[in-house]
Amino acid sequence: MLELQGVSRLFGGLAALNTVNMTVNAGKVVGLIGPNGAGKTTLINCVSGLDHPTSGVIHFDGVEIQNKAPHQITALGLGRTYQNIRLFGDLTVLENVIIAQHQHGKANLLDSLFQSPRHRREFKQQVERAFELLKRFHLDSFSDSRAGGLPYGDQRRLEMARAVATAPRLILLDEPTAGMNPVETHEFGEQILKLRDDGLTLLVIEHDMALISQVCDEVYVLNFGEMIANGTVDAIKQNQDVIEAYLGRED
Amino acid sequence: MNLRTLFYVLSAIFLGFLIPYLIATYLFNKEVLSPEQQLANAMWRGSIYSLFALGYALIFSILGLLNLAHSSVFMWGGYIGLMSVLKLDMPIWVAMPVGMIGGGLVAVSVDVIAFMPLRRRNAPRISQLISSIGASVILLSLATLIFSSTPKRFPQDSIDALPGTADKPLTWLLDNANVRITPIQIAIFVIPIVLMFLLEYMVNSLKIGKAMRVVAFNQRIARLLSINVGNIFAFTFFLSGVLAGAAGVLQGLAFNSMTPYMGATVALKGLTVIVLGGLGNIRGAVVGGFLVANIEIMSIALGYGWLSDAVVFSSLFLILLVRPQGLLGESGKMRA
Amino acid sequence: MDAVFDFLAPVGLNETNFQFMLIAAILGCSIYVTLYGGMFSLANAGFMAIGTYVSVVLTQRYDWPFVPAIIAGMVAGGLIAIIVGLPVLRLSDIYLAIATIGFGEVVVVLIRNFDRIYEEIFDKKIEITGGGKGIKNIPVTTDTLHLIIFLLIVVYFLYRMQHSRFGRALAAIRQDETVAANLGINVVYYKNVAFIIGAMIAAGAGGLSGHLNRVIEPDDYDFDRAVDILTYAVLGGTTFFIGPVVGGMVLRYLPELLRRLKVLSFVGSIVGRDLTNEQAAVDGIINGIVLILFIVYLPGGLADPQLWKSLYRRLRPNNTQKGAP
Ligand SMILES: Nc1ncnc2c1ncn2[C@@H]1O[C@H](COP(=O)(O)OP(=O)(O)OP(=O)(O)O)[C@@H](O)[C@H]1O
Ligand SMILES: [Mg+2]
Repeated sequence: MLELQGVSRLFGGLAALNTVNMTVNAGKVVGLIGPNGAGKTTLINCVSGLDHPTSGVIHFDGVEIQNKAPHQITALGLGRTYQNIRLFGDLTVLENVIIAQHQHGKANLLDSLFQSPRHRREFKQQVERAFELLKRFHLDSFSDSRAGGLPYGDQRRLEMARAVATAPRLILLDEPTAGMNPVETHEFGEQILKLRDDGLTLLVIEHDMALISQVCDEVYVLNFGEMIANGTVDAIKQNQDVIEAYLGRED
Repeated sequence: MNLRTLFYVLSAIFLGFLIPYLIATYLFNKEVLSPEQQLANAMWRGSIYSLFALGYALIFSILGLLNLAHSSVFMWGGYIGLMSVLKLDMPIWVAMPVGMIGGGLVAVSVDVIAFMPLRRRNAPRISQLISSIGASVILLSLATLIFSSTPKRFPQDSIDALPGTADKPLTWLLDNANVRITPIQIAIFVIPIVLMFLLEYMVNSLKIGKAMRVVAFNQRIARLLSINVGNIFAFTFFLSGVLAGAAGVLQGLAFNSMTPYMGATVALKGLTVIVLGGLGNIRGAVVGGFLVANIEIMSIALGYGWLSDAVVFSSLFLILLVRPQGLLGESGKMRA
Repeated sequence: MDAVFDFLAPVGLNETNFQFMLIAAILGCSIYVTLYGGMFSLANAGFMAIGTYVSVVLTQRYDWPFVPAIIAGMVAGGLIAIIVGLPVLRLSDIYLAIATIGFGEVVVVLIRNFDRIYEEIFDKKIEITGGGKGIKNIPVTTDTLHLIIFLLIVVYFLYRMQHSRFGRALAAIRQDETVAANLGINVVYYKNVAFIIGAMIAAGAGGLSGHLNRVIEPDDYDFDRAVDILTYAVLGGTTFFIGPVVGGMVLRYLPELLRRLKVLSFVGSIVGRDLTNEQAAVDGIINGIVLILFIVYLPGGLADPQLWKSLYRRLRPNNTQKGAP
């Protein structure tokens, strides 16, 4: 479903990504781990169109996307969350989720000026869908609150709901449980599995190995911009290179 | 002393002059009347623009603010210098520093009134820009109330006190060339360049300059390093006011006529200057000043003075589209 | 109508003042559209100038009827916005502000020198914009009803925009452009459309005001005008559609009110100086103070719903019952 071939991203002299190859198969939850500064965020920025690789090719469902604009990639069916939460803080929780359905709407300015049936129908559908998602992520009771005023864990879940609202087939999650306690994290893992059961594919960046073990079918390990290993969670845990990358080489 | 800076300034003066001059003479066959005189004019006029723009650029680079009250500070500095001569009978070389310090104090009060309350609230930059406009309007209106809007001038004897005067051009300087250069104009040309080097030295080498650079980089980190950010703000505003005050006094001397509206004419040109040089780039402010002056002087010399504003503001507009980091700016350093 | 203004005359509200207040409200709306999308554009004085000059030149020199001329002015503003918007809107924040200030100045300079440039190029004398002196003796064609209708259309548009797909996209762009793009919003497209709509509204306000003043001069549309337009919207509020209307009306009315209230002689008596000839200066000081006070203490603007809600809650007699949330 997602395929990176020889993707590099240079910042001046620093290679945040160095000829990275990676494949994410449909219907799977794939983990992406690595020490701080390994290039994980850079990788999903390149996939989602916020950044572009210096060289290399990225295919999403057979379409080359490395030079496309973010909204075009989203239209192909890709959603994401951010490492540091980026909600529309001054808008309401409901508005956040409605905005995410933008590309599924067709109502133009004239429709809303004249309150055409299309405008009304579409808006009603979007609100219904938004409430469905809010319920799913246990946020429906806050629908009219300012998104920026929510507690931290709720903000993380809202960001997830918003990403799902774009109706993606692949979701990229950048450290989605950072700042959550173990109970919340586990619950979030359940949500991820439920999404997979609904047919979505997920790429999860995480530092929390418990979550990785809970949800991932396969794990990729990035270190200093290089993909040093991939395999099942158990295989990765045994991998000597990975242990060195995290703990440093013992001489 | 930084040779690279000197190199940039000199090339701005001479290339800024030479290129349009060559284009006009050889491409369009237009005669430029007494080019030496035009160059001299561009030098002192560019100096005033540079000096004015230095303060603008300083505040933008250190504090990330666009202070649209800067032109009013400039005007107040000029008037304080003028009033020191007119009312307190100070000689001009005393009145000039007085005008500079006065400008500095006015600038600090702009910070206190217009920026400080917003800073506390972390208000968006658009609010800060608008409140600086408010401060500018207040300063301008106060000046018309206090000084009245009729033009005022420095008394002739305060200028005559200097060696060589406007009536006795310094023929000893350029004997056979038909150039009129007054000592005031030489001072106007030299003072800004000296001030610019002092400023660059201070920002790069002195302790307070380093603190300013930390504030410019990240105010939170500055606080962690127990730098008093409020003091740095006040000091930066004071410096910018000093520079604007010097420019104001020099402008008053150069044109020998002052009205409270003298700021309005340089305000937007100053903006062009700092954009040309790269917003917040101190060296760029000086370079930009000479470029804009050259554009103006050349269009006047070619008989298109009425188009000079069009050229100046088109270049402001175009440079932002083509090279938003300015002629001297590095693309990565752009503050957005 | 006359009876109403007779009644309001003591507070300085005659029909002429009211017309200027309506123009100010429309101009406030014009910049509201771009601010709503987070674009800090100061180009609207320039678009107003374009609308004014195109429509006045058409009615005065080419005998066009009034309404088509106004519409032509709006179309001209919109077309230039298409050309200018694409490159300029790649800039953000202060860079956008400065570039649009530059645009406004270029428009003014070109209008001032239009005839001369034409003569220089085609070697033929013409009189289109009338240079720095502008165009004089324009018959007054705009009446209050025109202005009210135009304002109502614009306000209705803003009201609907707020709850439309278009408006939500702009709000998202204002809050976080990057995230908006990642949610599937074509940021460049929406920014440009908002810019064009704002330009057309400003051009319309220009056309209407051009047929109200008898005289138009290029200097009426310089940087000061751009600042005025910005303050209308910011003082009224930039996230609620009534904001720019309230802001424009109040700000335009304030000097009249001050004049009526004899603020001048009052302040004069305090400072012990006759200020009756210093109207402009005192107006300026008060305007400046009002501007700063508003920006500092009412960041959401005068028409901020939150402000009035909390005010209402505080002023309600039995406000103890509600308790803390
Ligand atoms: N815009 C940029 N300019 C320059 N260097 C950058 C930029 N973005 C990232 N980097 C560098 O690229 C490297 C990889 O950064 P990245 O944010 O992708 O790491 P990460 O794996 O997400 O780390 P973390 O676990 O801390 O989130 C880091 O060394 C970082 O400093
Ligand atoms: Mg990261």
